[in-house]
Amino acid sequence: MRKVASLLAVPLLVLTAQAAQANTQLAGRYLAANCANCHGTNGQSVGGMEALAGYDRGRFVQTMKAFQSGEKPATLMHQIAKGYTDEQINLMADFFAGQKKAR
Amino acid sequence: MTRKINASRRSLVKAGAGAAVVAGAAGLSGCASTGPSIGSGGKKLGRVVVIGGGFGGATAAKYISMWSEGAIEVTMIEREPEFVSCPISNLVIGGSRKMNEITRSYNTLAGRGVKVVQDEVTLIDPAKQTVTTRKGQTLQYDRLVVSPGIDFQFEKINGLNAEAQKVVLHSWKAGAQTVALRAQLEAMADGGTYILSIPKAPYRCPPGPYERACQVASYFKQAKPKSKVLVLDGNADIQSKKGLFTKAWNELYPGMITYTPNMVVSEVDVKNKTLITEVGDRVRGDVLNVVPEQKAGNLASAAGLVNVNNRWCGVDWTTLESTVHKNIHVLGDATASAPAMPKSGHMANQHGKAAAAAIVEIMNGRQPMALTMANTCYSFVDAANVVHVASVHAYDAGQKTMVSVKGAGGLSSVASEVEGKYALAWARNIWADMLT
Repeated sequence: MRKVASLLAVPLLVLTAQAAQANTQLAGRYLAANCANCHGTNGQSVGGMEALAGYDRGRFVQTMKAFQSGEKPATLMHQIAKGYTDEQINLMADFFAGQKKAR
Repeated sequence: MTRKINASRRSLVKAGAGAAVVAGAAGLSGCASTGPSIGSGGKKLGRVVVIGGGFGGATAAKYISMWSEGAIEVTMIEREPEFVSCPISNLVIGGSRKMNEITRSYNTLAGRGVKVVQDEVTLIDPAKQTVTTRKGQTLQYDRLVVSPGIDFQFEKINGLNAEAQKVVLHSWKAGAQTVALRAQLEAMADGGTYILSIPKAPYRCPPGPYERACQVASYFKQAKPKSKVLVLDGNADIQSKKGLFTKAWNELYPGMITYTPNMVVSEVDVKNKTLITEVGDRVRGDVLNVVPEQKAGNLASAAGLVNVNNRWCGVDWTTLESTVHKNIHVLGDATASAPAMPKSGHMANQHGKAAAAAIVEIMNGRQPMALTMANTCYSFVDAANVVHVASVHAYDAGQKTMVSVKGAGGLSSVASEVEGKYALAWARNIWADMLT
Protein backbone atom coordinates (compact mmCIF):
# COMPACT_ATOMS: atom_id res chain seq x y z
CA MET A 1 0.00 0.00 0.00
CA ARG A 2 2.74 2.39 0.95
CA LYS A 3 4.38 1.93 -2.44
CA VAL A 4 1.18 2.75 -4.30
CA ALA A 5 0.71 5.87 -2.21
CA SER A 6 4.19 7.17 -2.95
CA LEU A 7 3.73 6.54 -6.67
CA LEU A 8 0.57 8.58 -6.59
CA ALA A 9 2.20 11.35 -4.63
CA VAL A 10 4.73 12.18 -7.33
CA PRO A 11 2.35 13.38 -10.07
CA LEU A 12 0.26 15.16 -7.47
CA LEU A 13 3.29 17.14 -6.34
CA VAL A 14 4.15 18.00 -9.95
CA LEU A 15 0.62 19.17 -10.56
CA THR A 16 0.66 21.30 -7.41
CA ALA A 17 3.95 22.91 -8.43
CA GLN A 18 2.57 23.65 -11.90
CA ALA A 19 -0.56 25.15 -10.41
CA ALA A 20 1.50 27.32 -8.07
CA GLN A 21 3.62 28.56 -10.96
CA ALA A 22 0.52 29.29 -13.04
CA ASN A 23 -0.95 31.14 -10.08
CA THR A 24 2.20 33.26 -9.78
CA GLN A 25 2.07 34.10 -13.48
CA LEU A 26 -1.55 35.13 -13.18
CA ALA A 27 -0.83 37.27 -10.12
CA GLY A 28 1.95 39.00 -12.08
CA ARG A 29 -0.29 39.58 -15.08
CA TYR A 30 -3.01 41.16 -12.96
CA LEU A 31 -0.63 43.28 -10.90
CA ALA A 32 1.16 44.55 -14.00
CA ALA A 33 -2.18 45.76 -15.35
CA ASN A 34 -1.96 48.45 -12.63
CA CYS A 35 0.84 50.04 -14.67
CA ALA A 36 -0.90 49.84 -18.06
CA ASN A 37 -3.02 52.98 -17.62
CA CYS A 38 0.10 55.07 -18.13
CA HIS A 39 2.71 52.65 -19.49
CA GLY A 40 0.51 50.88 -22.04
CA THR A 41 -1.23 47.51 -22.22
CA ASN A 42 1.31 44.82 -21.23
CA GLY A 43 3.82 47.66 -20.88
CA GLN A 44 3.64 48.62 -24.55
CA SER A 45 3.49 52.40 -24.22
CA VAL A 46 1.96 54.34 -27.11
CA GLY A 47 4.31 57.23 -26.36
CA GLY A 48 5.29 59.81 -23.78
CA MET A 49 5.76 57.23 -21.01
CA GLU A 50 8.50 54.67 -20.60
CA ALA A 51 7.64 51.30 -22.18
CA LEU A 52 7.93 48.45 -19.65
CA ALA A 53 7.53 45.54 -22.07
CA GLY A 54 10.77 43.60 -22.29
CA TYR A 55 12.24 45.55 -19.36
CA ASP A 56 15.20 43.80 -17.74
CA ARG A 57 14.01 42.08 -14.57
CA GLY A 58 16.80 43.30 -12.31
CA ARG A 59 16.61 46.82 -13.64
CA PHE A 60 12.85 46.95 -13.02
CA VAL A 61 13.25 45.88 -9.38
CA GLN A 62 16.16 48.25 -8.85
CA THR A 63 14.27 51.18 -10.40
CA MET A 64 11.18 50.60 -8.25
CA LYS A 65 13.39 50.37 -5.14
CA ALA A 66 15.10 53.62 -6.10
CA PHE A 67 11.70 55.30 -6.48
CA GLN A 68 10.66 53.98 -3.06
CA SER A 69 13.80 55.26 -1.34
CA GLY A 70 13.70 58.60 -3.13
CA GLU A 71 17.11 57.93 -4.63
CA LYS A 72 15.60 58.26 -8.11
CA PRO A 73 13.82 61.60 -8.51
CA ALA A 74 10.29 61.53 -9.92
CA THR A 75 7.19 63.64 -10.30
CA LEU A 76 4.85 60.82 -9.26
CA MET A 77 6.42 57.35 -9.36
CA HIS A 78 7.98 57.71 -5.90
CA GLN A 79 4.43 57.95 -4.54
CA ILE A 80 3.06 55.02 -6.55
CA ALA A 81 6.06 52.72 -5.98
CA LYS A 82 5.56 52.86 -2.22
CA GLY A 83 2.19 51.16 -2.67
CA TYR A 84 3.71 47.79 -3.59
CA THR A 85 5.54 45.09 -1.61
CA ASP A 86 8.84 43.51 -2.66
CA GLU A 87 6.95 40.38 -3.63
CA GLN A 88 4.54 42.36 -5.82
CA ILE A 89 7.41 44.22 -7.49
CA ASN A 90 9.13 40.91 -8.25
CA LEU A 91 5.94 39.57 -9.85
CA MET A 92 5.58 42.68 -12.01
CA ALA A 93 9.26 42.47 -13.00
CA ASP A 94 8.82 38.85 -14.12
CA PHE A 95 5.74 39.76 -16.14
CA PHE A 96 7.28 42.71 -17.98
CA ALA A 97 10.56 40.87 -18.65
CA GLY A 98 8.48 38.25 -20.47
CA GLN A 99 6.65 40.74 -22.71
CA LYS A 100 7.66 41.55 -26.26
CA LYS A 101 8.96 45.06 -26.74
CA ALA A 102 6.60 47.36 -28.61
CA ARG A 103 7.56 48.00 -32.22
CA MET B 1 -15.71 32.74 2.04
CA THR B 2 -17.10 29.22 1.54
CA ARG B 3 -20.30 30.66 0.16
CA LYS B 4 -18.31 32.65 -2.36
CA ILE B 5 -16.51 29.56 -3.69
CA ASN B 6 -19.76 27.64 -3.98
CA ALA B 7 -21.38 30.55 -5.79
CA SER B 8 -18.46 30.63 -8.21
CA ARG B 9 -18.80 26.92 -8.89
CA ARG B 10 -22.52 27.23 -9.48
CA SER B 11 -21.97 30.03 -11.94
CA LEU B 12 -19.29 28.00 -13.65
CA VAL B 13 -21.78 25.28 -14.46
CA LYS B 14 -24.07 27.95 -15.88
CA ALA B 15 -21.22 29.44 -17.83
CA GLY B 16 -20.42 26.12 -19.40
CA ALA B 17 -24.02 25.50 -20.29
CA GLY B 18 -24.34 28.95 -21.78
CA ALA B 19 -21.30 28.35 -23.92
CA ALA B 20 -22.85 25.21 -25.34
CA VAL B 21 -25.92 27.15 -26.39
CA VAL B 22 -24.14 30.24 -27.63
CA ALA B 23 -21.19 28.80 -29.47
CA GLY B 24 -22.24 25.21 -29.95
CA ALA B 25 -19.12 24.14 -28.08
CA ALA B 26 -18.96 20.67 -26.59
CA GLY B 27 -20.32 20.45 -23.06
CA LEU B 28 -18.61 21.63 -19.95
CA SER B 29 -15.04 21.71 -21.17
CA GLY B 30 -14.39 24.87 -19.14
CA CYS B 31 -14.67 22.91 -15.90
CA ALA B 32 -11.63 20.78 -16.62
CA SER B 33 -9.25 23.71 -16.77
CA THR B 34 -6.39 23.70 -14.26
CA GLY B 35 -3.83 26.13 -15.63
CA PRO B 36 -4.13 29.72 -16.80
CA SER B 37 -6.10 30.45 -19.94
CA ILE B 38 -2.74 30.78 -21.70
CA GLY B 39 -2.93 28.00 -24.26
CA SER B 40 -6.58 27.28 -23.55
CA GLY B 41 -6.89 26.14 -27.15
CA GLY B 42 -10.21 27.18 -28.65
CA LYS B 43 -12.24 26.25 -25.59
CA LYS B 44 -15.37 28.33 -25.07
CA LEU B 45 -16.14 29.47 -21.55
CA GLY B 46 -19.31 31.44 -22.12
CA ARG B 47 -20.54 34.92 -22.86
CA VAL B 48 -20.07 38.23 -21.07
CA VAL B 49 -22.15 41.27 -21.96
CA VAL B 50 -20.72 44.67 -20.99
CA ILE B 51 -23.04 47.65 -20.70
CA GLY B 52 -21.30 50.99 -21.16
CA GLY B 53 -18.16 51.87 -23.11
CA GLY B 54 -16.55 54.34 -20.72
CA PHE B 55 -13.30 53.99 -18.81
CA GLY B 56 -14.70 51.04 -16.83
CA GLY B 57 -16.75 49.13 -19.39
CA ALA B 58 -14.45 49.37 -22.39
CA THR B 59 -11.47 48.33 -20.25
CA ALA B 60 -13.36 45.34 -18.85
CA ALA B 61 -14.49 44.28 -22.33
CA LYS B 62 -10.99 44.44 -23.78
CA TYR B 63 -9.27 42.74 -20.87
CA ILE B 64 -11.81 39.89 -20.57
CA SER B 65 -11.31 39.13 -24.24
CA MET B 66 -7.53 39.50 -24.04
CA TRP B 67 -6.99 37.55 -20.83
CA SER B 68 -9.34 34.73 -21.84
CA GLU B 69 -7.66 34.63 -25.26
CA GLY B 70 -11.05 34.72 -26.89
CA ALA B 71 -12.44 31.82 -24.81
CA ILE B 72 -15.01 34.23 -23.39
CA GLU B 73 -17.27 35.86 -25.96
CA VAL B 74 -17.55 39.58 -25.17
CA THR B 75 -20.26 41.93 -26.44
CA MET B 76 -20.15 45.58 -25.39
CA ILE B 77 -23.28 47.71 -25.72
CA GLU B 78 -22.77 51.48 -25.84
CA ARG B 79 -25.30 54.09 -26.91
CA GLU B 80 -22.80 56.69 -28.17
CA PRO B 81 -21.11 56.20 -31.56
CA GLU B 82 -17.68 57.27 -30.30
CA PHE B 83 -15.80 57.55 -27.03
CA VAL B 84 -15.43 61.12 -25.74
CA SER B 85 -13.14 61.52 -22.74
CA CYS B 86 -14.17 63.50 -19.67
CA PRO B 87 -10.50 63.87 -18.63
CA ILE B 88 -8.98 66.63 -20.83
CA SER B 89 -12.49 67.91 -21.72
CA ASN B 90 -12.01 70.93 -19.43
CA LEU B 91 -9.29 72.00 -21.87
CA VAL B 92 -11.86 72.06 -24.67
CA ILE B 93 -14.02 74.29 -22.47
CA GLY B 94 -10.96 76.50 -21.87
CA GLY B 95 -10.27 76.56 -25.60
CA SER B 96 -6.76 75.08 -25.73
CA ARG B 97 -7.91 71.69 -27.10
CA LYS B 98 -10.48 70.55 -29.67
CA MET B 99 -13.14 67.83 -29.48
CA ASN B 100 -11.35 65.61 -32.00
CA GLU B 101 -8.38 65.44 -29.60
CA ILE B 102 -10.55 63.86 -26.87
CA THR B 103 -12.60 61.62 -29.17
CA ARG B 104 -11.71 58.04 -30.05
CA SER B 105 -13.33 55.30 -32.15
CA TYR B 106 -14.79 52.12 -30.68
CA ASN B 107 -13.91 50.23 -33.87
CA THR B 108 -10.45 49.30 -32.59
CA LEU B 109 -11.98 47.03 -29.92
CA ALA B 110 -12.85 44.54 -32.67
CA GLY B 111 -9.12 43.88 -32.99
CA ARG B 112 -9.25 42.56 -29.42
CA GLY B 113 -12.20 40.31 -30.21
CA VAL B 114 -14.85 42.53 -28.63
CA LYS B 115 -18.15 42.87 -30.48
CA VAL B 116 -19.32 46.47 -30.08
CA VAL B 117 -23.03 47.17 -30.50
CA GLN B 118 -24.31 50.75 -30.67
CA ASP B 119 -27.59 50.50 -28.82
CA GLU B 120 -29.02 51.23 -25.40
CA VAL B 121 -29.95 48.63 -22.79
CA THR B 122 -33.46 49.26 -21.51
CA LEU B 123 -33.92 46.17 -19.33
CA ILE B 124 -31.75 43.82 -17.31
CA ASP B 125 -33.35 40.57 -16.16
CA PRO B 126 -31.03 39.13 -13.48
CA ALA B 127 -33.16 35.97 -13.12
CA LYS B 128 -33.17 35.03 -16.80
CA GLN B 129 -29.67 36.51 -17.25
CA THR B 130 -30.72 38.58 -20.25
CA VAL B 131 -30.52 42.21 -21.34
CA THR B 132 -32.95 43.86 -23.75
CA THR B 133 -32.06 46.86 -25.89
CA ARG B 134 -33.95 49.82 -27.32
CA LYS B 135 -33.59 48.37 -30.81
CA GLY B 136 -35.32 45.23 -29.55
CA GLN B 137 -32.44 42.78 -29.21
CA THR B 138 -32.33 40.35 -26.30
CA LEU B 139 -28.94 38.97 -25.32
CA GLN B 140 -28.21 36.10 -22.95
CA TYR B 141 -25.23 36.42 -20.61
CA ASP B 142 -23.32 34.17 -18.25
CA ARG B 143 -21.88 37.24 -16.55
CA LEU B 144 -22.88 40.86 -16.99
CA VAL B 145 -20.73 43.95 -16.50
CA VAL B 146 -22.66 47.14 -15.76
CA SER B 147 -20.64 50.34 -16.13
CA PRO B 148 -23.32 53.02 -16.48
CA GLY B 149 -21.44 56.01 -15.06
CA ILE B 150 -23.48 58.65 -13.30
CA ASP B 151 -26.81 60.35 -13.74
CA PHE B 152 -27.87 63.65 -12.19
CA GLN B 153 -30.37 64.43 -9.43
CA PHE B 154 -31.90 67.36 -11.31
CA GLU B 155 -34.95 67.13 -9.06
CA LYS B 156 -32.89 68.50 -6.14
CA ILE B 157 -32.69 71.88 -7.90
CA ASN B 158 -36.00 73.69 -8.37
CA GLY B 159 -36.49 75.09 -11.82
CA LEU B 160 -33.84 72.90 -13.43
CA ASN B 161 -36.39 71.19 -15.68
CA ALA B 162 -35.79 69.86 -19.18
CA GLU B 163 -36.18 73.33 -20.71
CA ALA B 164 -33.80 74.98 -18.20
CA GLN B 165 -31.25 72.19 -18.74
CA LYS B 166 -30.85 73.41 -22.33
CA VAL B 167 -29.27 76.65 -21.11
CA VAL B 168 -28.00 75.81 -17.63
CA LEU B 169 -25.45 73.15 -18.53
CA HIS B 170 -23.55 70.68 -16.35
CA SER B 171 -21.00 69.66 -19.01
CA TRP B 172 -20.09 66.86 -16.59
CA LYS B 173 -20.39 64.23 -19.32
CA ALA B 174 -18.07 64.99 -22.20
CA GLY B 175 -19.74 65.48 -25.57
CA ALA B 176 -22.40 67.88 -26.81
CA GLN B 177 -22.47 69.79 -23.51
CA THR B 178 -18.70 70.33 -23.64
CA VAL B 179 -19.11 72.06 -26.99
CA ALA B 180 -22.18 73.97 -25.84
CA LEU B 181 -20.51 75.38 -22.71
CA ARG B 182 -17.52 76.49 -24.79
CA ALA B 183 -19.93 78.28 -27.12
CA GLN B 184 -21.63 80.04 -24.17
CA LEU B 185 -18.26 81.28 -22.91
CA GLU B 186 -17.30 82.51 -26.37
CA ALA B 187 -20.62 84.33 -26.71
CA MET B 188 -20.32 86.02 -23.31
CA ALA B 189 -19.28 89.68 -23.37
CA ASP B 190 -16.08 90.78 -21.63
CA GLY B 191 -16.92 91.86 -18.11
CA GLY B 192 -19.40 89.00 -17.70
CA THR B 193 -19.60 86.45 -14.90
CA TYR B 194 -19.29 82.69 -15.17
CA ILE B 195 -20.71 80.74 -12.22
CA LEU B 196 -19.76 77.15 -11.46
CA SER B 197 -21.90 75.33 -8.91
CA ILE B 198 -20.21 72.25 -7.40
CA PRO B 199 -22.38 69.47 -5.93
CA LYS B 200 -21.90 67.91 -2.52
CA ALA B 201 -19.47 64.99 -2.58
CA PRO B 202 -19.38 62.24 -3.66
CA TYR B 203 -19.41 63.27 -7.30
CA ARG B 204 -17.50 62.25 -10.45
CA CYS B 205 -13.91 63.58 -10.59
CA PRO B 206 -13.18 65.34 -7.26
CA PRO B 207 -10.60 67.81 -8.66
CA GLY B 208 -12.55 68.39 -11.90
CA PRO B 209 -14.53 71.49 -10.85
CA TYR B 210 -11.44 73.30 -9.59
CA GLU B 211 -9.61 72.48 -12.82
CA ARG B 212 -12.59 73.83 -14.75
CA ALA B 213 -12.41 77.11 -12.82
CA CYS B 214 -8.73 77.34 -13.86
CA GLN B 215 -9.54 76.63 -17.51
CA VAL B 216 -12.33 79.18 -17.74
CA ALA B 217 -10.12 81.77 -15.97
CA SER B 218 -7.28 80.96 -18.36
CA TYR B 219 -9.57 81.73 -21.29
CA PHE B 220 -10.86 84.94 -19.68
CA LYS B 221 -7.32 86.09 -18.92
CA GLN B 222 -6.42 85.93 -22.62
CA ALA B 223 -9.70 86.92 -24.26
CA LYS B 224 -11.99 88.61 -21.70
CA PRO B 225 -9.82 89.99 -18.90
CA LYS B 226 -12.60 92.02 -17.21
CA SER B 227 -14.66 88.86 -16.64
CA LYS B 228 -15.11 86.94 -13.38
CA VAL B 229 -15.32 83.32 -12.26
CA LEU B 230 -17.54 82.58 -9.27
CA VAL B 231 -17.16 79.14 -7.72
CA LEU B 232 -20.07 78.12 -5.48
CA ASP B 233 -19.07 74.96 -3.67
CA GLY B 234 -21.75 72.80 -2.07
CA ASN B 235 -19.00 71.42 0.15
CA ALA B 236 -17.33 72.99 3.18
CA ASP B 237 -13.98 73.12 1.41
CA ILE B 238 -12.06 72.41 -1.81
CA GLN B 239 -12.33 68.63 -2.26
CA SER B 240 -8.96 67.86 -3.89
CA LYS B 241 -5.49 69.43 -4.29
CA LYS B 242 -6.58 72.43 -2.21
CA GLY B 243 -3.18 74.05 -1.74
CA LEU B 244 -2.21 73.59 -5.38
CA PHE B 245 -5.46 75.01 -6.75
CA THR B 246 -5.48 77.94 -4.31
CA LYS B 247 -1.92 78.78 -5.32
CA ALA B 248 -2.82 78.60 -9.03
CA TRP B 249 -5.86 80.83 -8.56
CA ASN B 250 -3.90 83.45 -6.61
CA GLU B 251 -0.81 83.47 -8.79
CA LEU B 252 -2.19 82.88 -12.29
CA TYR B 253 -5.57 84.57 -12.02
CA PRO B 254 -5.33 87.22 -9.29
CA GLY B 255 -8.67 88.87 -8.55
CA MET B 256 -10.50 86.82 -11.15
CA ILE B 257 -11.74 83.75 -9.23
CA THR B 258 -13.94 84.02 -6.15
CA TYR B 259 -14.44 80.81 -4.21
CA THR B 260 -17.30 80.43 -1.71
CA PRO B 261 -17.79 77.21 0.29
CA ASN B 262 -21.09 75.86 1.67
CA MET B 263 -23.15 77.19 -1.23
CA VAL B 264 -25.73 74.49 -1.92
CA VAL B 265 -27.67 75.62 -4.97
CA SER B 266 -31.30 74.54 -4.61
CA GLU B 267 -33.01 76.68 -7.24
CA VAL B 268 -32.35 78.10 -10.69
CA ASP B 269 -34.09 81.23 -11.98
CA VAL B 270 -33.34 80.99 -15.68
CA LYS B 271 -35.12 84.22 -16.68
CA ASN B 272 -33.04 86.29 -14.25
CA LYS B 273 -29.89 84.18 -14.75
CA THR B 274 -29.73 83.64 -11.02
CA LEU B 275 -28.77 80.72 -8.79
CA ILE B 276 -30.42 80.53 -5.38
CA THR B 277 -28.93 78.60 -2.47
CA GLU B 278 -30.82 76.61 0.15
CA VAL B 279 -30.41 79.49 2.63
CA GLY B 280 -31.69 82.05 0.12
CA ASP B 281 -28.48 83.59 -1.24
CA ARG B 282 -29.03 84.82 -4.80
CA VAL B 283 -26.13 84.96 -7.23
CA ARG B 284 -26.52 86.39 -10.73
CA GLY B 285 -24.28 85.43 -13.64
CA ASP B 286 -24.04 85.42 -17.42
CA VAL B 287 -23.04 81.80 -17.90
CA LEU B 288 -24.52 79.39 -15.36
CA ASN B 289 -22.75 76.03 -15.11
CA VAL B 290 -24.55 73.90 -12.55
CA VAL B 291 -23.26 70.42 -11.79
CA PRO B 292 -26.08 68.69 -9.88
CA GLU B 293 -25.66 65.99 -7.24
CA GLN B 294 -25.12 62.55 -8.70
CA LYS B 295 -26.07 58.90 -8.42
CA ALA B 296 -25.33 55.65 -10.23
CA GLY B 297 -26.54 55.69 -13.85
CA ASN B 298 -30.31 55.25 -14.18
CA LEU B 299 -29.97 51.76 -15.62
CA ALA B 300 -28.36 50.60 -12.37
CA SER B 301 -31.34 51.70 -10.29
CA ALA B 302 -33.80 50.26 -12.83
CA ALA B 303 -32.01 46.92 -12.48
CA GLY B 304 -32.23 47.08 -8.69
CA LEU B 305 -28.45 47.32 -8.30
CA VAL B 306 -28.57 50.48 -6.17
CA ASN B 307 -28.36 49.57 -2.49
CA VAL B 308 -26.16 52.22 -0.83
CA ASN B 309 -27.71 55.55 0.28
CA ASN B 310 -30.32 55.11 -2.43
CA ARG B 311 -27.68 56.34 -4.91
CA TRP B 312 -24.80 53.90 -5.41
CA CYS B 313 -24.16 50.22 -6.14
CA GLY B 314 -22.53 48.10 -3.46
CA VAL B 315 -19.92 45.66 -4.75
CA ASP B 316 -17.68 42.91 -3.41
CA TRP B 317 -14.27 44.51 -3.95
CA THR B 318 -12.55 41.19 -4.66
CA THR B 319 -14.64 40.68 -7.81
CA LEU B 320 -16.65 43.92 -8.33
CA GLU B 321 -19.71 41.66 -8.23
CA SER B 322 -22.90 43.38 -7.12
CA THR B 323 -23.96 42.76 -3.52
CA VAL B 324 -27.54 42.55 -4.84
CA HIS B 325 -27.44 40.32 -7.92
CA LYS B 326 -25.17 37.35 -8.63
CA ASN B 327 -23.25 37.27 -11.92
CA ILE B 328 -23.54 41.04 -12.35
CA HIS B 329 -20.41 43.15 -11.87
CA VAL B 330 -20.69 46.93 -11.42
CA LEU B 331 -17.81 49.27 -12.21
CA GLY B 332 -16.65 52.84 -12.01
CA ASP B 333 -18.44 55.93 -10.77
CA ALA B 334 -21.67 53.96 -10.18
CA THR B 335 -20.12 51.97 -7.32
CA ALA B 336 -20.37 52.93 -3.68
CA SER B 337 -16.73 54.02 -3.59
CA ALA B 338 -14.42 52.42 -1.04
CA PRO B 339 -12.99 54.86 1.56
CA ALA B 340 -10.64 57.42 -0.04
CA MET B 341 -11.30 55.98 -3.50
CA PRO B 342 -12.14 58.72 -6.00
CA LYS B 343 -14.74 58.47 -8.76
CA SER B 344 -12.25 58.89 -11.60
CA GLY B 345 -11.66 57.53 -15.09
CA HIS B 346 -8.34 56.07 -13.99
CA MET B 347 -10.01 54.30 -11.07
CA ALA B 348 -12.78 52.99 -13.36
CA ASN B 349 -10.12 51.56 -15.68
CA GLN B 350 -8.65 49.73 -12.67
CA HIS B 351 -12.12 48.49 -11.69
CA GLY B 352 -12.48 47.19 -15.25
CA LYS B 353 -9.29 45.18 -14.94
CA ALA B 354 -10.16 43.86 -11.47
CA ALA B 355 -13.57 42.72 -12.73
CA ALA B 356 -12.02 41.25 -15.89
CA ALA B 357 -9.50 39.29 -13.82
CA ALA B 358 -12.22 37.98 -11.50
CA ILE B 359 -14.50 37.02 -14.39
CA VAL B 360 -11.71 35.23 -16.27
CA GLU B 361 -10.69 33.36 -13.11
CA ILE B 362 -14.22 32.38 -12.14
CA MET B 363 -15.17 31.27 -15.65
CA ASN B 364 -11.99 29.17 -15.77
CA GLY B 365 -13.06 27.48 -12.54
CA ARG B 366 -10.39 29.13 -10.45
CA GLN B 367 -10.57 31.23 -7.30
CA PRO B 368 -10.40 34.99 -8.05
CA MET B 369 -7.69 36.96 -6.24
CA ALA B 370 -8.16 40.37 -4.64
CA LEU B 371 -6.26 42.99 -6.60
CA THR B 372 -4.36 46.15 -5.82
CA MET B 373 -5.44 49.29 -7.69
CA ALA B 374 -3.70 52.59 -8.32
CA ASN B 375 -5.11 56.02 -9.13
CA THR B 376 -3.65 59.09 -10.78
CA CYS B 377 -5.60 62.28 -11.46
CA TYR B 378 -3.89 65.08 -13.37
CA SER B 379 -5.37 68.59 -13.42
CA PHE B 380 -4.39 71.44 -15.74
CA VAL B 381 -4.10 74.80 -13.96
CA ASP B 382 -3.65 76.54 -17.34
CA ALA B 383 -3.09 75.24 -20.88
CA ALA B 384 0.28 73.65 -20.04
CA ASN B 385 0.97 73.32 -16.31
CA VAL B 386 -0.35 70.39 -14.35
CA VAL B 387 -0.73 69.08 -10.80
CA HIS B 388 -1.51 65.51 -9.76
CA VAL B 389 -2.91 63.45 -6.93
CA ALA B 390 -2.02 59.76 -6.75
CA SER B 391 -2.98 56.86 -4.48
CA VAL B 392 -2.70 53.09 -4.21
CA HIS B 393 -5.58 50.97 -2.88
CA ALA B 394 -5.33 47.40 -1.59
CA TYR B 395 -7.99 44.97 -0.42
CA ASP B 396 -8.31 44.63 3.35
CA ALA B 397 -9.81 41.23 4.12
CA GLY B 398 -10.73 42.25 7.68
CA GLN B 399 -12.67 45.34 6.62
CA LYS B 400 -13.84 43.68 3.38
CA THR B 401 -13.10 46.82 1.38
CA MET B 402 -10.30 48.60 -0.45
CA VAL B 403 -8.12 50.84 1.73
CA SER B 404 -5.39 53.34 0.84
CA VAL B 405 -1.93 51.84 1.21
CA LYS B 406 -0.24 53.79 4.00
CA GLY B 407 2.84 55.75 2.97
CA ALA B 408 1.94 55.59 -0.72
CA GLY B 409 0.36 58.29 -2.87
CA GLY B 410 0.53 62.05 -2.65
CA LEU B 411 0.40 65.32 -4.52
CA SER B 412 2.61 67.32 -6.85
CA SER B 413 4.92 69.66 -4.98
CA VAL B 414 4.31 72.34 -7.61
CA ALA B 415 2.47 72.79 -10.93
CA SER B 416 4.78 72.07 -13.86
CA GLU B 417 5.00 71.73 -17.62
CA VAL B 418 6.76 68.38 -17.17
CA GLU B 419 3.60 67.03 -15.56
CA GLY B 420 1.61 68.69 -18.35
CA LYS B 421 3.44 66.47 -20.84
CA TYR B 422 2.87 63.44 -18.62
CA ALA B 423 -0.82 64.26 -18.32
CA LEU B 424 -1.28 64.24 -22.10
CA ALA B 425 0.79 61.04 -22.40
CA TRP B 426 -1.38 59.55 -19.64
CA ALA B 427 -4.48 60.38 -21.69
CA ARG B 428 -3.10 58.83 -24.89
CA ASN B 429 -2.01 55.70 -23.04
CA ILE B 430 -5.18 55.15 -21.03
CA TRP B 431 -7.38 55.67 -24.10
CA ALA B 432 -5.27 53.09 -25.92
CA ASP B 433 -5.36 50.80 -22.88
CA MET B 434 -9.15 50.71 -22.97
CA LEU B 435 -9.83 50.83 -26.70
CA THR B 436 -6.99 49.28 -28.72
